[in-house]
Amino acid sequence: MDLHGFGHLLLAGTWITLKLAFTSLFFGLILGLLGAAAKLSPIRILRWIATTYTTLIRGIPELLLVLIIYFGTTEILLRMFDKYIEISAFAAGVTALSIAFGAYATEVFRSALQEIPKGQRESAMAIGMTRWQTFSRILLPQLWRVALPGLGNLFLVLLKDTALVSVIGLDDLMRQAYVAAGFTKLPFTFYLMAALIYLLLTIISMQVIRLLEKRANRPWQGARS
Amino acid sequence: MNNNTDQTQAASAKIPTLEVNDLYKRYGTLEVLKGISLTANEGDVISIIGSSGSGKSTFLRCLNLLEKPSQGSIALKGEQLELIKTSDGQLEARKRRQLESMRARIGFVFQNFNLWPHLTILENILLAQVVVKGRSKAEARERAEALLEKVGLAGKARAYPGHLSGGQQQRIAIARTLAMDPEVLLFDEPTSALDPELVNEVLGVMQALAEEGRTMLIVTHEMRFARDVSSQVMFLHQGRVEEFGPPSQVFTQPNSDRCKAFLSSHL
Repeated sequence: MDLHGFGHLLLAGTWITLKLAFTSLFFGLILGLLGAAAKLSPIRILRWIATTYTTLIRGIPELLLVLIIYFGTTEILLRMFDKYIEISAFAAGVTALSIAFGAYATEVFRSALQEIPKGQRESAMAIGMTRWQTFSRILLPQLWRVALPGLGNLFLVLLKDTALVSVIGLDDLMRQAYVAAGFTKLPFTFYLMAALIYLLLTIISMQVIRLLEKRANRPWQGARS
Repeated sequence: MNNNTDQTQAASAKIPTLEVNDLYKRYGTLEVLKGISLTANEGDVISIIGSSGSGKSTFLRCLNLLEKPSQGSIALKGEQLELIKTSDGQLEARKRRQLESMRARIGFVFQNFNLWPHLTILENILLAQVVVKGRSKAEARERAEALLEKVGLAGKARAYPGHLSGGQQQRIAIARTLAMDPEVLLFDEPTSALDPELVNEVLGVMQALAEEGRTMLIVTHEMRFARDVSSQVMFLHQGRVEEFGPPSQVFTQPNSDRCKAFLSSHL
C-alpha cells in the first residue's frame, strides 16, 4: 500500500497512543486502588468522596471529560493568574483518561477485594503483620488475580479511548491518520491503516493479558476444590 | 549465685503465660461473653468446650483482638495489652505496635486454616518470620524446613495450599504458627472443617505439642481429645464459665447440670 510518505507519521502517532495508554493505565490503577480502599473504608467521608467520584465520572462522556480538562483548566488558570497558560495536550489527555479509567477500576477492585475471604486478612493480622504488610503481601497479590480479567477489559477500552485526545490536538495515531487523510485525499487508506493498527495493538494486548492471567492463576492450577 | 537463679526462676514461673480478666463482649444489647476470666500457666493445655453459641470461639478471638472485646483485660507473660474504648463501645489496642508484637507471640490456628493460597507452603511458613520477626531468609528457611519435617510434610515445601488436603493444610497452618515461636497457642475448632478421616492427623500433631509442654488453649468438639490431652477443661454456657477443672473432674463428676447434659449428648 502506498502511504505517500506518511507511514512514519502513523508510526510516530502509534508511539504517542501507546505512551498515552500506558501512562493513563499507571495512574488509573493507582486511582482505582485508592477509590476501592475509600469505598470500603469505615470512614464515611472517604466513602462519600469515592462514590461521588465514580458516579460523576461514569456519568459523563469521556470526550466531554477531555474537553473540560483541557479547555477548562486553561480557562481557570487564565482567571486565576490573568494570563494565558497553555497546558500540554498530553498531560490533559493523561489526566482525563486516568480519571475515567480510575472510576471504572474502582468498581473492579472493590468487588475483587470483597471476594477475598475475610480469613486471609485475619490470619495475616493474627501472626503480627502490620496493616500495610497485610495489604501488600496478602491482599494485593490475590486482588490482582481476581481483578485481572476486569482490568484487562478496561485496558482494551482505554486503548481506543486514547483516540478522543486527538480532538485537543495531540498527535496520536488517530490525529495523524486524520491529517494524512486530509492531505492526500485518501481517507479510506489512512483510516483503514489506523484501524488495522488499533486492531493489532488490541490483539497483542489481549495476548499479554491472557499470559498475565495464566501466571496469576498458577497457584490455583489443579487445586483440589 | 545458685540461690539467686532459683529465685528468679521461681518468680518467672509464677507469672502466668496468659491472664484474662473479666472479659465481656456485647453486640448492641446482646451479651455474648459475660465476664470470663482465665489463667493459663506455662505448659497448661486448656480445652474450651460448650455448645455452639456459648461464646467459646468469640472468647478465643477476643484474646488477640480479632474480635474487639467490650470490657476486660488481657496480659501475656505479665505484659498488659493496653486497651482504650472506641466510640462504638468496644475496646481496641491503644498502640498498634504493642498489639502487633503481642499477636506475633500468640499463635492462632483457624478452623478454616487460612493459608495464603498465592504462596507456596514454604513461603507461607517463611513470610511472617521474615517480615514480622526480621529473621534472615536463610534462617527462616531452616526453621520452616524443620517444622515441615515435624508435621510430617517435608515433601510439600514447593506445593501450593490448594494442592493439599484439609488435614495437610491444617498441619501447615500449625507449622506456620510455630515458626513464630509463640508463647501460647490458640486453636479455634481446628478439626471442625475436616473430613472425619483427616481429624486424627491434626490431633496427633496437637497432642505432640501438648506433650512438649506448650501452653495451649483449644476450642474443640473433640471430647475424647479434650479428656485425654488437657490439663484443664472450661465449659462455657451462654457466655459464662459453668464448669472449670481438670478433665477427670469435669468429665466424670461435673457440678453443673448443664455441663452434665452437654457431656451426655457429646460423649
